[in-house]
Amino acid sequence: MKDKFFPALIAGIVTFVLAFPLLGLSIVADGLTLGLEGADTKTLGYIALASLAVFFFQLWKSNIVAVAKSIPLPKKAYSSPAARSQSQRDKREKLFTLIVVALALVWPFFASRGNVDLATLVLIYVMLGLGLNIVVGLAGLLDLGYVAFYAVGAYSYALLYQYFGLSFWVCLPLAGLFAAIFGFILGFPVLRLRGDYLAIVTLGFGEIIRILLNNWTHLTGGPNGIGSIPKPSLFGLEFGRRAKEEGNVPFHEFFSIDYNSGYKVIFLYLLALLLVLFTIFVIRRLMRMPVGRAWEALREDEIACRSLGLNRTIIKLSAFTIGASFAGFAGAFFSARQGFISPESFTFIESAIILAIVVLGGMGSQLGIILAAVAMTVLPELAREFQEYRMLMFGLMMVLMMIWRPQGLLPMKRRHMELTNG
Amino acid sequence: MAESMLKVRDLSMRFGGLLAVNGVSLDVEEREIISVIGPNGAGKTTVFNCISGFYTPTGGNINYKGQEIHALADYKISRLGMVRTFQHVRLFSQMTVIENLLVAQHRHVNTNLLSGLFKTPSYRKKEQKSIDRAVYWLKKVNLLEFANRDAGNLAYGQQRRLEIARCMVTEPGLLMLDEPAAGLNPKETKELDELIVSLKEDYNVSILLIEHDMNLVMGISDRIYVINQGQPLASGTPDEIRANPDVIKAYLGEV
Repeated sequence: MKDKFFPALIAGIVTFVLAFPLLGLSIVADGLTLGLEGADTKTLGYIALASLAVFFFQLWKSNIVAVAKSIPLPKKAYSSPAARSQSQRDKREKLFTLIVVALALVWPFFASRGNVDLATLVLIYVMLGLGLNIVVGLAGLLDLGYVAFYAVGAYSYALLYQYFGLSFWVCLPLAGLFAAIFGFILGFPVLRLRGDYLAIVTLGFGEIIRILLNNWTHLTGGPNGIGSIPKPSLFGLEFGRRAKEEGNVPFHEFFSIDYNSGYKVIFLYLLALLLVLFTIFVIRRLMRMPVGRAWEALREDEIACRSLGLNRTIIKLSAFTIGASFAGFAGAFFSARQGFISPESFTFIESAIILAIVVLGGMGSQLGIILAAVAMTVLPELAREFQEYRMLMFGLMMVLMMIWRPQGLLPMKRRHMELTNG
Repeated sequence: MAESMLKVRDLSMRFGGLLAVNGVSLDVEEREIISVIGPNGAGKTTVFNCISGFYTPTGGNINYKGQEIHALADYKISRLGMVRTFQHVRLFSQMTVIENLLVAQHRHVNTNLLSGLFKTPSYRKKEQKSIDRAVYWLKKVNLLEFANRDAGNLAYGQQRRLEIARCMVTEPGLLMLDEPAAGLNPKETKELDELIVSLKEDYNVSILLIEHDMNLVMGISDRIYVINQGQPLASGTPDEIRANPDVIKAYLGEV
């Protein structure tokens, strides 16, 4: 008890020392000079209470952590001991996926406009998380500049529209292609690097792209960004009140229904859902293909890979390139949804959030990443009423999460192979 | 005399001021088990690293089936049919046993992205073929029941066997084993002995072996090379080596 008492006491005191000047004192303008003013007794009471809470938490930490550990894991609904063989598990997984997709398809027609919009944002992060998962979770290359590819995708669409008038549907594959090219280019110099060094170089790359966009004013508009990027159309039908292009018919007139700005939001949501499903499908296949296995093998032991005739240059480059292309798709969709992009949207914190999604979800696991993307996007929104303490709560949640499940929400499970002639 | 399968001539490797290997030459014929022995730190593994391309030798040349290979990249050398194991087991420990064997067949399978995405018939056929080959070798090394286990959870002796199986699925011409018996108990060593002989007899593989277990070495080797302090000391049949006074001196010290 004694060996825990003093560290706990110190933690309590540190909390008080940190919290008191931050929350307990406020600066007031007194004419031209600034004065300090103590907060009211209620705030002081809260600070004392918080210090006590930290003290007792530290004192009983091992008990609390033990309780947290005993909370059962979120079990995959389709995995039960009854489903022994892989084919049975596959069947359940398929059914589960179908139900979820059906719910996701129907849901926006009953939800509020704000919620659908938020869900669209979640889906963008799901795409980014899944793309980064290839690089970080599967290939084991820590990439801190993933947002650069997102920016490349977004600016590809914005610039191609601005200068050449290309539509969203033409730009979507092009955005993926450009992002892939950038992934390829970044891949080359970082091939020899591992771990920390790789992280630093990718971090630098992310910043280079952002600063380039910020300063190449005559092409990208610099910090002013690019505005009035059109929304995607449905086979040529636009979702505005009036068609922007000559001869185009808006969606609501074509079907002769009343104009509703909600249609546009729902359409964007469904489009994002489609992109996410496409991403999930492709990455699932990739994970089970030779190239996916090679990514993982490279993460596990690079020397063994070389001794078995695997060309690590090509394998690493393919991970970077394919991972980047999904960020490119997400970026093009993002700029279409926002209608306005500026370098502000592609700061380092975005990379950090995407990485947090991958780590929180459990490296390599797709379902885990989807859940983590939902949590990372929806929780800050729910906590909006706490105003400036929002990020503090967010941080606290992440700390608790890592105590509860250090390996992520749903760590990747290896798929069992059915050996027919075994 | 016909050309040897592997011909190493005057190999030397210098790390700064340290001459780790100096003037080593060796030959491996088809279907031969060749051992390289020597005291600890003699440079045996360095020789292996040079042959398998992990180091670029600073002198001498290496010829495999008529091709100069000392300047080739490591993965290209292994694609020619020379694969190796490591002194410390290097498995993909978080992947399953069968996945370990599938990764090793990477260059044999269809790596075309599109055919895999659409699961074309030819892709499925090749995938099935590599699974069959993996299953065959799992049976051979008695690991079939562990096929879906993570490789890192196998017992040490099983990991050693898996590592050999992983080399064999690449269908090599020359297998280089770096201390395969290290850490094995006598029973496992005996099984390893039988496995190595069977690889040579039944699969026409030549084997280059580094080993400290003298019973194993003397029992299965066709010829033995002795290296001491980076220099070649002796070579010959097991009987000749056993009787060589220089070898005895190197191992037991000055008598």
